[in-house]
Amino acid sequence: MVVVQASPEARLRQLTFELDRREVIPSIVGDHRDFLIVSGLAGSSKDVASLTDDGTNAFTMAGAMGAAVSMGLGLALAQPDRRILVVTGEGELLMNLGALATVAVMSPNNLAILCVDNGHYGETGYQRTPTSFCTDLEAVAAGSGIRRTVLVEDEDGVPLGASAIRGDDGPSFVLLRVKPTEPPAFSRNLHGHECRARFRNALLSS
Amino acid sequence: MTAPARGQVTGATWQEETYELLKEHGVSQFTYVPDAGHKRIIELAQDDPTVHAVTLTTEEEGVAVLAGADLGLERGVLLLQSSGVGNCINFLSLVKIARFPMLMLVSMRGDFGEGNPWQFPMGQAVEPVLRVMGVNTLRADGPEEVTAVVDAASTMVFQGGESVAVLLTQRLLGAKKF
Repeated sequence: MVVVQASPEARLRQLTFELDRREVIPSIVGDHRDFLIVSGLAGSSKDVASLTDDGTNAFTMAGAMGAAVSMGLGLALAQPDRRILVVTGEGELLMNLGALATVAVMSPNNLAILCVDNGHYGETGYQRTPTSFCTDLEAVAAGSGIRRTVLVEDEDGVPLGASAIRGDDGPSFVLLRVKPTEPPAFSRNLHGHECRARFRNALLSS
Repeated sequence: MTAPARGQVTGATWQEETYELLKEHGVSQFTYVPDAGHKRIIELAQDDPTVHAVTLTTEEEGVAVLAGADLGLERGVLLLQSSGVGNCINFLSLVKIARFPMLMLVSMRGDFGEGNPWQFPMGQAVEPVLRVMGVNTLRADGPEEVTAVVDAASTMVFQGGESVAVLLTQRLLGAKKF
């Protein structure tokens, strides 16, 4: 038998990358104060810090890559009367795909996951992620058992994405395909213990 | 005169006593990768409508779930086997940076009486690795001391704001036969 090894380039998909994250994320989220938000690191943390003005309703990470969805799950179980939004990148999500199965099994209807997929590891020099090649994270989420999944890749899809993260039939998963362009520049508080305290204090007094 | 161990009063097993004790400490999220040493506590959590029993695909998820629980003003515990400690290391930076309280019950393999050579590398690394990441370790070697150790650990975590792993050793659990 002769093993033929195709080059990864042969598996590059012809995908639409037309949305700008700096415009479309605020459009989909709407009023961020309707959510308690957890973000992953890198681009998604800057998206969320910019959106909320580094607000007390958000906990953004700058490490622990792969933790965002699971943190959102713990928060969703603890606060069933609040809408929980996880904003993460496809690189962060790919590090812990099993978390989607865990979410699907627990199935909290107040949890939404917004995966900002630019097909690249933007923070480290825009190397391609598997989603540029052949990996479909919406299919992964659906296959994991997430009830409501939506792909948003152009302006027409934005209302669908917006309604999915606010639906009562969650958990929901929105794969938001965007151009590999820079997230908003935002200088946020990186001291996790301060961010934890302010988040909890805001929740306690709400 | 010292107080009798809980099980001597009620006739319950140390697993059942530990479960009730965790609930008394306000624990409502039980996260786990299944393991024979934790079987009874997992069953109790699954059958209890007042708590969340979360089956994880990897132990590191549990570290993050409990961080999220804390953000949401709830308390939790992570039940794992010693080999799963290795899967948690990077996520423990989250605990260290943000000072999330973290209570872990670790059923040990690769120590007292172990016959499976594959269990030794991680089993022997559990304590040094946890300590390097800032997690205190307490050992429980016999059924009569488990609840006292878990009680101490829960106080350190939920009042003291520390991270503590209780190591349920193979002196307590017995070594699996091969």
